[in-house]
Amino acid sequence: MSTSAITDDPQIRERFGELKPALTRQAAVIEADRCLNCFDAPCTAACPTHIDVPGFIKRIASGNLRGSAVKILDANILGASCARVCPVDVLCEGACVMVRQNRKPIQIALLQRHAMDAFWASGELPPVKAAGPRKLRVACIGGGPASLACAAELCRQGAQATVIERRELPGGLNTYGVAEYKLRAADSVREVEMIRKLGVEFRCGVDVDSASALDALEAEFDFIFLGLGLGAMQRLNVPGEDSGGVMNALELIAAYKTGHLRELHGTVVVVGAGNTAIDAANAARRLGAETVYMLYRRSQNEMSAFDFEYEHAKQEGVQFLWNRLPVAIRPDPDANGRRLLETVQVQQVNGQLIPLQNSQYAMECDLVVPAVGQSPLTDLLQKLRGVEVRDGRIVADRVTGQTGNARYFAGGDCVNGGREVVDAVAGGKRAAMAMLKSAEVAHA
Amino acid sequence: MPDISVKGFAGKIDSPNPFWLASAPPTNTGEMIMRAFDAGWGGAVWKTIGEPIVNVSSRYSATDWNGQRMMGFNNIELISDRTVEQNLTEMAEVKKRYPKNAVIASLMVASNREAWHEIVARAEDAGADGLELNFGCPHGMSERGMGSAVGQVPEYAEMITAWVKEKARTPVLVKLTPNISDIRAVARAAKRGGADGLSAINTINSITGIDLDTFVPRPNVDGKSSHGGYCGPAVKPIALNMVQQILADSESALPLSGIGGIGSWRDAAEFLLLGCGTVQVCTAVMHYGYRIVDDMAEGLENWMREKGFRTIEDFRGLSVAKVTEWKHLNLNYKIVARIDEQQCIGCDLCHIACWDGAHQCIHLDRVTGPVDGHVELHRTPAEEEVESRALLAETPVTRRERAEVFAAGPYPTPLARIPRVDETECVGCNLCWCVCPVEGCITMVRVDQGVAAETWEQRTRQGVESSR
Repeated sequence: MSTSAITDDPQIRERFGELKPALTRQAAVIEADRCLNCFDAPCTAACPTHIDVPGFIKRIASGNLRGSAVKILDANILGASCARVCPVDVLCEGACVMVRQNRKPIQIALLQRHAMDAFWASGELPPVKAAGPRKLRVACIGGGPASLACAAELCRQGAQATVIERRELPGGLNTYGVAEYKLRAADSVREVEMIRKLGVEFRCGVDVDSASALDALEAEFDFIFLGLGLGAMQRLNVPGEDSGGVMNALELIAAYKTGHLRELHGTVVVVGAGNTAIDAANAARRLGAETVYMLYRRSQNEMSAFDFEYEHAKQEGVQFLWNRLPVAIRPDPDANGRRLLETVQVQQVNGQLIPLQNSQYAMECDLVVPAVGQSPLTDLLQKLRGVEVRDGRIVADRVTGQTGNARYFAGGDCVNGGREVVDAVAGGKRAAMAMLKSAEVAHA
Repeated sequence: MPDISVKGFAGKIDSPNPFWLASAPPTNTGEMIMRAFDAGWGGAVWKTIGEPIVNVSSRYSATDWNGQRMMGFNNIELISDRTVEQNLTEMAEVKKRYPKNAVIASLMVASNREAWHEIVARAEDAGADGLELNFGCPHGMSERGMGSAVGQVPEYAEMITAWVKEKARTPVLVKLTPNISDIRAVARAAKRGGADGLSAINTINSITGIDLDTFVPRPNVDGKSSHGGYCGPAVKPIALNMVQQILADSESALPLSGIGGIGSWRDAAEFLLLGCGTVQVCTAVMHYGYRIVDDMAEGLENWMREKGFRTIEDFRGLSVAKVTEWKHLNLNYKIVARIDEQQCIGCDLCHIACWDGAHQCIHLDRVTGPVDGHVELHRTPAEEEVESRALLAETPVTRRERAEVFAAGPYPTPLARIPRVDETECVGCNLCWCVCPVEGCITMVRVDQGVAAETWEQRTRQGVESSR
């Protein structure tokens, strides 16, 4: 698989060095020994993919590193990237019983990474789960975590799966949208490569954008899995948004991860206060912007970013402006190429944002980065026969991922409206198991 | 402040405290022993003196457990590799400089009367306060008819003890090997031979582990190993039992210097409670150095003050009578486990331990409704896990979702994860209490049975009488 689309720029590598160092072998064993090995562990229950956390941790303690990695991969084929990108504070580590005794939770993410690193170093593949091949062919539209998990599970169970990806490289946001200091694009691609070796076929650069394309897929495959993710980022809808000096958060992140953006200077204003907004703001700092503001129309208490992300952004030197709304973007008459972001202070009254009088302020900046969420994918969804879409999300059974059209299953952001990688993996895996079961029933 | 000094142990050995260094590497030379006395050790049993030997390399290996180094320790080192002359010259110097500390000469020579008479005389001339006959060394020396080769044959032990007593003017302690089916056999022999005291236990025959790459057991001596002597924290329970066996047996009981896994004042207090007059320490010092003795002395003093003991004699042996034969235990004593909901952290180790390792009476049914009674009425742990894996979990991405996931309830742990004890089935075995990681969360509470105490012996005797 070509990896020319991702960057190996030494400057990017240096500026986006890993946030957390890996555990040494002995540190991992000491940490693994600390785990109480709870029965029916809360960390496992909290994980959307239900990784047997004490199971893989005690295998690290015993020195059974291959067993540890397989345990992880059996539940979550993207165990390596999840070890790096999962917000574990609100998942497994947040559920660790240690905290109820005023002890530090077990460092589950770092231990998972330790097991996965050892697995990568071994160059092995996770074993297949089923005895023989099955007559089941599935197309997974979209190359992100949901489709990857779905396709990998199908192949490990003996079925055939094809991932169809619009972009040059599969991996979705894992490849193009995660802060490089958490997960390098190269590591995401390596994970995809493992899935390819499991037998998954990839068709990249293919956009399923017409009814006839869907017809062709329906003719070729038994089931179709929709792992479409979300659409483009929402616009600010303010005057001057299209006049240059504006780049949305996902564009910015993808640009530096693919080598199209190496440096920033001056002042960058990120509009929004979610986790992607923070990734973009931190990236702007690391790319060289002297001053980075995050502008949010509501208060700190309503910010959707995780607390640890907010703390991290402050450490990176990002400054926060609360209760402020962008109203227009225009060229700075005094400085060539710079922008003026017109803002106004707002107050919440009964949930409504009311501008305060005389609070207009024009922020001089070099780049405005909208980060106010992704829009739903509407184009393709309208073409799907019998698949219900509500509030921009595909309606699918929560357990099986099956849609109103029995041949279509769905999972990940396009169903849940935008959650984490681990949620997408869980959705993809559940859909795969439901398809396998459905095929078994059909052939019985 | 309580007085922890020892007076007239085994007849006439005085020591500023009961803490002695066992005959081992920490007592190899006079220089070492003097530093140990400076650190606060009350006495030292000199590394066994005899005809110098040649040691191998390596000599030690250990058992680590759960991240803790040296839970158990093993050695294949022999007795002193220095001459009798060297050792005794230094011993005289030590006694001159430290007259108040106890210096015991550990001795091992070939099994003939003249050799023993000679070494006894020389050690006492050097100023030894007492003699310890090494009948315990389980490796190397035993192949040459010494050490445990003597200690495993009561007749030999009695004979050599008697030879030594013919000559000795100072108290004679016999160090016992645990590598025998009943340690009392040799204790009785030593007593018959006239010993003034005993030291127990010596190390236990062991192979600590095998290297899974080379398949050579540890310690590795050029591709081969040999069984060694096991010691350290792992052996303390075995040592306590043997100490109790000796001191509860009138034909064995003598002033006893307790040895085996002692590393803290708590360990020492336990040996003293079982009747030991002094204790000997080795592995803990090999691990951390002589400095550990200050806490041992201080901790023992503070504990004695708390309990109102003025001297060691005030509590020495208090636990001996609290060990009895099983047939004398009260069959009508009933306790049950109680779980403190405010302290439970929800690890549910008590639940799985009770189901898979005990009597299936700790359940996770506080939410679904308590079910008391036999195992068939309950979901098995495996079924519970399957059920739990089938539940959907999602990352709480919004503030509201997070507030729900981490909402505070009446207890620190969600009620569904706080186990419940079925007291009608609980046999009071203590397993849950042993596995619970939170001190004080599980207590074993006495339940009044409304019947008088009755032992197995009493019950079976009544059965015999009533059947007449």
